Amino acid sequence: MGAQAKQKISIKAVLLSLAVLLANIVVNGLIFRFFRDSTLNPLVTAVLAVLWGVLGVYLIYYTLTWAVERYPEYIRTRVLPYVFIGPAVILLGWLLIMPALRTLYLSFFDASSEKFVGLSNYAAIFSDHLMATALRNNLLWVFLGTLACVTFGLLIAILADRSSYEKIAKSIIFMPMAISFVAAGVIWKFIYYYQPGDEQIGLLNAIVTYFGGEPQAWTSMLQPWNNLFLIVILIWMQTGFAMVIFSAAIKGVPEDIMEAARVDGASEIKIFFGIMIPYISTTILTVTTTIIVFTLKIFDVVMVMTGGQYDTEVVATQFYRQFFMYRNFGYGSTLAIVLLIAVLPVILINLRQFRKQGGF
Amino acid sequence: MVGKKKRKGGKTVVNIVLGLICAIWLLPTLGLFISSFRPAADILHTGWWKIFPHQEWKSGKTIQLSKDVDLRQPIEVNGKTYSDDQLKAGVAADDGRLLWENRRARTVNVQEKGWKVKTDVTLDNYKNVLSGKEYKIKEADGTEITQKGSGLSQAFWNTLTIAVPATVIPVLIACFAAYAFAWLRFPGRKTLFVIIIAMLVIPIQVALIPVLKDFTSLGLNGSYLGIWLAHTAFGLPLVTYFMYNFISQLPKDLFESAFIDGASHFTIFSKLILPLSVPALASISIFQFLWVWNDYLVSLIFIGNQPSVQVMSMKIADLVGSRGNDWHLLTSAAFISMLTPLAIFFLLQKYFVRGLMGGSVKG
Repeated sequence: MGAQAKQKISIKAVLLSLAVLLANIVVNGLIFRFFRDSTLNPLVTAVLAVLWGVLGVYLIYYTLTWAVERYPEYIRTRVLPYVFIGPAVILLGWLLIMPALRTLYLSFFDASSEKFVGLSNYAAIFSDHLMATALRNNLLWVFLGTLACVTFGLLIAILADRSSYEKIAKSIIFMPMAISFVAAGVIWKFIYYYQPGDEQIGLLNAIVTYFGGEPQAWTSMLQPWNNLFLIVILIWMQTGFAMVIFSAAIKGVPEDIMEAARVDGASEIKIFFGIMIPYISTTILTVTTTIIVFTLKIFDVVMVMTGGQYDTEVVATQFYRQFFMYRNFGYGSTLAIVLLIAVLPVILINLRQFRKQGGF
Repeated sequence: MVGKKKRKGGKTVVNIVLGLICAIWLLPTLGLFISSFRPAADILHTGWWKIFPHQEWKSGKTIQLSKDVDLRQPIEVNGKTYSDDQLKAGVAADDGRLLWENRRARTVNVQEKGWKVKTDVTLDNYKNVLSGKEYKIKEADGTEITQKGSGLSQAFWNTLTIAVPATVIPVLIACFAAYAFAWLRFPGRKTLFVIIIAMLVIPIQVALIPVLKDFTSLGLNGSYLGIWLAHTAFGLPLVTYFMYNFISQLPKDLFESAFIDGASHFTIFSKLILPLSVPALASISIFQFLWVWNDYLVSLIFIGNQPSVQVMSMKIADLVGSRGNDWHLLTSAAFISMLTPLAIFFLLQKYFVRGLMGGSVKG
């Protein structure tokens, strides 16, 4: 409404939009300082902070678009898209892209990020015993974890599809997805709990002693098998994810093709491998890559269960340790970059897939 | 529904196998749930499954040994001889087992197997873990020890204060961006969007160190705003991609007519796009909320150990480290942290599932 198609930028509009921009920064800055120094009751702080967080963003967009609308049409249509994507681009640039580049840069420097050391951090982590363990374990996680999640997910999806309790069964398998890794860690620490003697409060040792076996310290003593007991937790949590997606895909397999195969006398197993698997192969690929990316970054489970002791270290926990305990920024950055290199193929597949879908 | 193949043959087998798998899947959580209601001493000494009827040794009659029995020699009870060590550990007799009841008083207990249920339940664990006050617990042998609660209720509010804005902010920002990417034409649109797609799977570890440095120099460390921004940035690629998929599918003529009527893009966005996107918004919001609620790494790095802003996952991880054998605290704390996600899961399962599939089943 304001800019009556004068095709000229009024000084008033410029000043106004600058004022709006400035006001946004000042007001939000003041509110931020208020919260940082506030000594209010935590509940009051919580309510106010939530209000600020939610309304603040909306108001920023509102005031900015309002300011842009003071300008003539030809400016407005050019600027408005950048107002809309601006916050997203700024945040991603500041908190994801630039940091990734800076991490890459840091990885060529020594522990205190002062001396340029070239590729020696990279050489060092591949010869370090702890790192070798971490890499080996990460491979275990990626390989066994993904394989088990995908296999069980597919199996359970098919079973559920044919059972009379599909909904409830799927809910139960899926439920651990909603639980945090920390809480899951507590759950499974309790299951693996070990104490000497006959009376066991950990379920697994109780079962073992019931059948006359010796109780074991599952997550610490049985190296390298203890890693498997940690991976079980991942399987418990992520199978539901695979199952839900496979279940949707399976329902998309045309019934008449399978019926025709059955009439021809094909066994259920043949139908499964010959028709179902090829039909949902793209879904299997997507789920597999998603879980691989997920397991590469695995951190919380190991941190809570063993803290990375007893040879259960993975890349992400090593990263944390190098950075926060040994203050070795060069090493920590290098580890992060190794992780990035590991997911690079997945990023490329993702982009190709996106283009194939006709995204642009 | 297409293809509900209810084939008769083998259906019972399918049901049984599936039931078994479900039982295995449910068992860990069930154990935690039951344990969290048991008295502290009980958790440490008997398994949680003992609340179900089970066979256990029960005290029967006691036998008084005569004064002239030498306790260092084999001891004769009911015509058979046992050593002192055997009686200490319990030894099988004809109709049960024998166990010292009181060695000084020279009484031996004859125990029999019988059905037993251990049904003591209590809310004390929850009270203790939620409050920061001191409390007493009774050990099995009657001694009392004083411990300090862990103040989880404060952490609960902190988590909520972080999770709600850290859900709304990225979803809103992503919606604006997705709208612009889908319906506005501007230079750099393709490049920027492809970059966002590429960032979908970037491990956040590559960003943590520099972001932490920035936050420290800006004083954002340990503040709500800092952690909101971090969660927003780390969640944005997925949320933007998801919302783009939805918003770009909306019919074009819908906003064309609104635009001709003189509505601004902001109005179209607020009055048309947002209301129309509610199903997609709901599912991706749930996903983002659960992610933030359950997060550990991001909070660990950007919040550190300041109790005033500490979140539950960190609190529990701390408990595991420092009081790893206080199962009464651990089990109830873990269950409190699970309550919100589980409630959301069961109430809004439909949307949660849709949010998951939007990100991965495409194509």
